[in-house]
Amino acid sequence: MSGGTGMRAPVRRAQAGTTESPAVRRTLIGLALLFMFFFLVLPLAAVATEALRKGWEAYWEALKEPDAWSAIRLTLIVAAISVPLNLVFGVAAAWAIAKFEFKGKAFLTTLVDLPFAVSPVVAGLIYVLVFGAQGWLGPWLAAHDIKIIFAVPGIVLATIFVTFPFIARELIPLMQAQGTDEEQAAIVLGASGWQTFRHVTLPNIKWGLLYGVILCNARAMGEFGAVSVVSGHIRGQTNTMPLHVEVLYNEYQSVAAFAVASLLAILALVTLVIKTVAEWRHDREMKAIAELPPERPAAT
Amino acid sequence: MTSAVPSALPSAAAPISRGRPGGAKRVLPGFHLTLGYTLLYLCLIVLIPLSALVFKTFTMSWEQFWVAVTAPRVLASYRLTFGASFLAALVNLFAGLLVAWVLVRYKFPGKKIVDALVDLPFALPTAVAGISLTALLAGNGWIGQYLEPLGIKLAFTPAGVVIALIFIGLPFVVRTVQPVLEDTEKELEEAATSLGATRWQTFRLVILPSITPALLTGFAMAFARAIGEYGSVIFIAGNMPMISEITPLIIIGKLEQYDYAGATAVALMMLVFSFLMLLVINALQSWQRRRGASA
Repeated sequence: MSGGTGMRAPVRRAQAGTTESPAVRRTLIGLALLFMFFFLVLPLAAVATEALRKGWEAYWEALKEPDAWSAIRLTLIVAAISVPLNLVFGVAAAWAIAKFEFKGKAFLTTLVDLPFAVSPVVAGLIYVLVFGAQGWLGPWLAAHDIKIIFAVPGIVLATIFVTFPFIARELIPLMQAQGTDEEQAAIVLGASGWQTFRHVTLPNIKWGLLYGVILCNARAMGEFGAVSVVSGHIRGQTNTMPLHVEVLYNEYQSVAAFAVASLLAILALVTLVIKTVAEWRHDREMKAIAELPPERPAAT
Repeated sequence: MTSAVPSALPSAAAPISRGRPGGAKRVLPGFHLTLGYTLLYLCLIVLIPLSALVFKTFTMSWEQFWVAVTAPRVLASYRLTFGASFLAALVNLFAGLLVAWVLVRYKFPGKKIVDALVDLPFALPTAVAGISLTALLAGNGWIGQYLEPLGIKLAFTPAGVVIALIFIGLPFVVRTVQPVLEDTEKELEEAATSLGATRWQTFRLVILPSITPALLTGFAMAFARAIGEYGSVIFIAGNMPMISEITPLIIIGKLEQYDYAGATAVALMMLVFSFLMLLVINALQSWQRRRGASA
């Protein structure tokens, strides 16, 4: 498929016909970089400059503020609950969908993707309709003094909903591509299901898993719309970092708003770095596997 | 390309199943456990809460529902949401193709960083994107200060909504087109060139048809995402009723006035549209797979 190594010389010669003149090339690269600069680099730079507009002192003051602290704490708690839950779901769903054939598989895969298509605001609203004061379970919850909407459990639920497909959709194509022969060999040789997963499947999917977890985490910490509907915006109690940014921004505390926003921007950049490294490692391992096939027939 | 190798393996492993049809899969344990858990979690988190939306609208009469979803202010919000999302997805269609093309076909310094940066809109919280784009485009911002004297106002106008949605949808087209472009066979382009086609003709008649399904998939994904977007838009839109108020904000507004039925009615319209987009995207993706298989 890659043309074979023996083809190299003729490909080189024909290359003149499959690329553009240097002038066109440079123009296209220039246009692409300009677009990326205006839409991606400038907004990031703006966050940094606005946060430091009044110097480092004001920046630290804004971050040390108790309400900012409680927002940071809440964001960490919400991510610490919702990401592991979606991780367990993602692995289970990928195992069932990728390793087995059953009726309605395509439909189930579509349903797993559904939360990506639903507006975050609608995602928040559905939990209000179930758990809110006028919702299905509202009277029962009120009678037992359990608060879900306008409290932390509602925020966690809304976050789980919007980050629901991340890990599953990363793992399903990966595990499908890897097939089941290695797992079957392990089972036939007497390994238990858990041992097979831990020692055979997990090493094969670890980079894809990390990739899914890190994107899931970024979205969990950064979700705004869904959380905004169920949080009730109680300062110092139910405001996550993105909601706290909104409150500060609407109060014209620009430096404080951008200071908290800068933490989220750093989170985004760290996410991109980890994601890129995971991608490189995965590609390298896939290449190593792709070079194996000559040995495979001997194994069966 | 690499996936073609492992996917051929299950059939090679079939003899292990002692000839039972479909038995090869049953050797592995955990099917009932994982499928059961998947269905349970899916129902609890997604399906039952979503059904609450449908049941809530049943408590309204047809007339109440119709009035709620066709009020002039709501209609204006559909126009803005759909119009701005379509425009933004269209810009992303061309810009995304350009970025994907440059990343796949050319070498330039810093290419890997640019490639990684494409995913920034996935990783950056939407509220942060919203306030920073607003800061850039406001009258005293880095970009706004040069546009203001020219009489161009972007922040707090529908144009600002389009800008925010371009940011949000940027990675979709790039990430769907990039792998397909990497897999296109140069031999076809060489053949076209040796038969006397110009570079532009080769692009239009050879390359473009092979990436069209991917382009449309990316477009549909960016469009669907933009329709539901809330966080980045509300900061930059100005949120004036009838002019720059998006549909998700209408839902929030109704909720704040305790008009749960009205909010649910509008939300149901959005949900139905989400389902339609999901079907369209699925159809586009299977078209793309068939294209890939026949090539």
